[in-house]
Amino acid sequence: MSQTTAPEIAELANREYQHGFVTDIEADSAPPGLNEDIVRLISAKKKEPDFMLEWRLRAYRHWLKMEDPTRRKPSERWAKVSYPEIDYQSLIYYSAPKQQKKLGSLDEVDPKLLATYEKLGIPLNEQKLLSGVAVDAVFDSVSVATTFKGKLAELGIVFCSFSEAVHNHPELVRQYLGSVVPYTDNFFATLNSAVFSDGSFVYIPKGVRCPMELSTYFRINAANTGQFERTLIIAAEGAYVSYLEGCTAPMRDENQLHAAVVELVALDNAQIKYSTVQNWYPGDEEGRGGIYNFVTKRGACRGRKSKISWTQVETGSAITWKYPSCLLQGDESVGEFYSVALTTNRQQADTGTKMIHLGRNTRSTIVSKGISAGRGQNTYRGQVKILKNAQGARNYTQCDSMLIGDQCGAHTFPYIEARTASAQVEHEASTSKIGEDQLFYCNQRGISTEDAVSLIVNGFCKQVMDELPMEFAVEARKLLGISLEGSVG
Amino acid sequence: MLEIRDLYASIDSTPILRGLSLKVNPGEVHAIMGPNGSGKSTLAQVLAGHPAYEVTGGQVLYQGRDLLELEPEERAREGIFLAFQYPVEIPGVNTAYFLRSGLNEVRKHRGLEEVDAIDFLALIREKMNLVEMDENFLKRAVNEGFSGGEKKRHEILQLAVLEPRLAILDETDSGLDIDALRVVANGVNKLRSPERSAIVVTHYQRLLEYIVPDFVHVLARGRIVRSGGKELALELEAKGYDWIKEEATASA
Repeated sequence: MSQTTAPEIAELANREYQHGFVTDIEADSAPPGLNEDIVRLISAKKKEPDFMLEWRLRAYRHWLKMEDPTRRKPSERWAKVSYPEIDYQSLIYYSAPKQQKKLGSLDEVDPKLLATYEKLGIPLNEQKLLSGVAVDAVFDSVSVATTFKGKLAELGIVFCSFSEAVHNHPELVRQYLGSVVPYTDNFFATLNSAVFSDGSFVYIPKGVRCPMELSTYFRINAANTGQFERTLIIAAEGAYVSYLEGCTAPMRDENQLHAAVVELVALDNAQIKYSTVQNWYPGDEEGRGGIYNFVTKRGACRGRKSKISWTQVETGSAITWKYPSCLLQGDESVGEFYSVALTTNRQQADTGTKMIHLGRNTRSTIVSKGISAGRGQNTYRGQVKILKNAQGARNYTQCDSMLIGDQCGAHTFPYIEARTASAQVEHEASTSKIGEDQLFYCNQRGISTEDAVSLIVNGFCKQVMDELPMEFAVEARKLLGISLEGSVG
Repeated sequence: MLEIRDLYASIDSTPILRGLSLKVNPGEVHAIMGPNGSGKSTLAQVLAGHPAYEVTGGQVLYQGRDLLELEPEERAREGIFLAFQYPVEIPGVNTAYFLRSGLNEVRKHRGLEEVDAIDFLALIREKMNLVEMDENFLKRAVNEGFSGGEKKRHEILQLAVLEPRLAILDETDSGLDIDALRVVANGVNKLRSPERSAIVVTHYQRLLEYIVPDFVHVLARGRIVRSGGKELALELEAKGYDWIKEEATASA
């Protein structure tokens, strides 16, 4: 880049996060800290059956024996991110918006809460009806509103908060909870298993195609509340579902830990499409106050010819550590991962996917687009593992990085392991700089530099954007534009 | 329209333009010729405002305003268009969307209403006929996978869409076969009017058979060393550039 554009980039890097505001709702919180009593409190607050409490306690006891990756010396950490130690005893593990009674309709929801969604441009009510999106809203830890339930129920579809599922469908929860991400899986997933507050539960019965996109908006609110969401989606034989997850958080000073777990199960010929737009507060220019996003997302293609697609657009969080993965167990099952990760200021992202091929003729596709601006560090880490019995397995990986400015970084770590000779693995990677000549070309057609950057970056991400459901894609494009306004020129 | 006074410009601290002066009146077409390295493309880039070039002296007035004060996109909106010698590819960006974005920026600046996708389609179809381009190009990414000739036609298409006051063609003829050259020239000629001007930068006289200039200027070592009518181009064609270089060296 020439001397003339570098200062422009620096200047435009100073915009502020647009969704920074805090809603003041009296929280019903547990005292800070974690011990068995807190785990019991969470379970009791939710009036959970014994099997849940036992599962939580097993997880908690296991967690105590695990090593906290944030306490490892930087040289011993495998992820290319750095952050201070997390004090788990200072976090609050339970916080729920106060509710007097069971809510019958949206009218009964705290208007302040609804106003928060309005500010975010996420109206819960009629607008969602019009756009055909059923919403399960997670505000802090408890689901406060669920729409479209009746319509979905007619088809036998279960779409509810995790807590409700525990009460109304304990047999399904018992059968599938922890079946993809066991409570012993990793430090953060184990912590989540012990203390998870709520989340979404979806069950699509045999042969049913879910007629609408199911959507959850997350919003982290009460200060110092670690968020431990748990999502479980099951698509029975021949079922189809498209699930949207999107979130944004208010500006604040302390780092907030977010350690969610998402489990997907696809049986024979079932298909799950899971799309995420993530826009949590990334911290200020110095990286203060952003969200730590340590998430475990995994899908099991258990059935023959089943398919799981992960699509994600990640623009927020101070640190993102996330590898949506697919276990391709069923013969001819298909796993897909489409990702856009954007880092600006001092954001760090270490994301990618794992595709584990177990069944015969399984196929996986990975398309990763990393954009780094400001002092952002963007790492793609992907593992493709083809086991001995996965004859005829195929993988295609494409990994592109775009650099904006000269203080950012892009890193690629592909791990490929094939134990069968008939496997085919392809890997393509590229790194490009957003070109001065591209910007000038746009400028020369009357397009401002800011719009040009947005245009070029959206073009770069097109392959991934095309995978998003229509209304989500529009939102995601805007988000990329907004995120870039805040970081580049 | 445009008045360049004693312009000096350099790239990476290497001086390229060394005291260039030129006046272009409305309706005139000026051809800029000269050997490689004489500063022809630099002149085109400097007028459009490429950030890699530094203006170290002189003045450029465009419609009475200091052109050098304006950002590249402001110059474009004020009606300066550069047809690039090497148009860049912008992967993933739909050509129709790109063209409409540019057009709407220019229209907004001129106080006109923005054109919606439907009206734009009607407009672009007409312009595409002019440069004999297939509509399928609209669905492709900007210049991505375009052949050399297609890229040049695309430049002229954009020229036709944006209808600039001052068009600068930077070696638009390079790498074109005779059919493409005719198409490109035709596109430019259609836009000639008493209000519009053009600066045609070219190495060869060939293009000037199709776009007939009012004036021909010869550039050497960063300044205009000879000006004349269209017959000057023929003289250059016959005699080559060596005598110009010698003259320029002798006078420097």
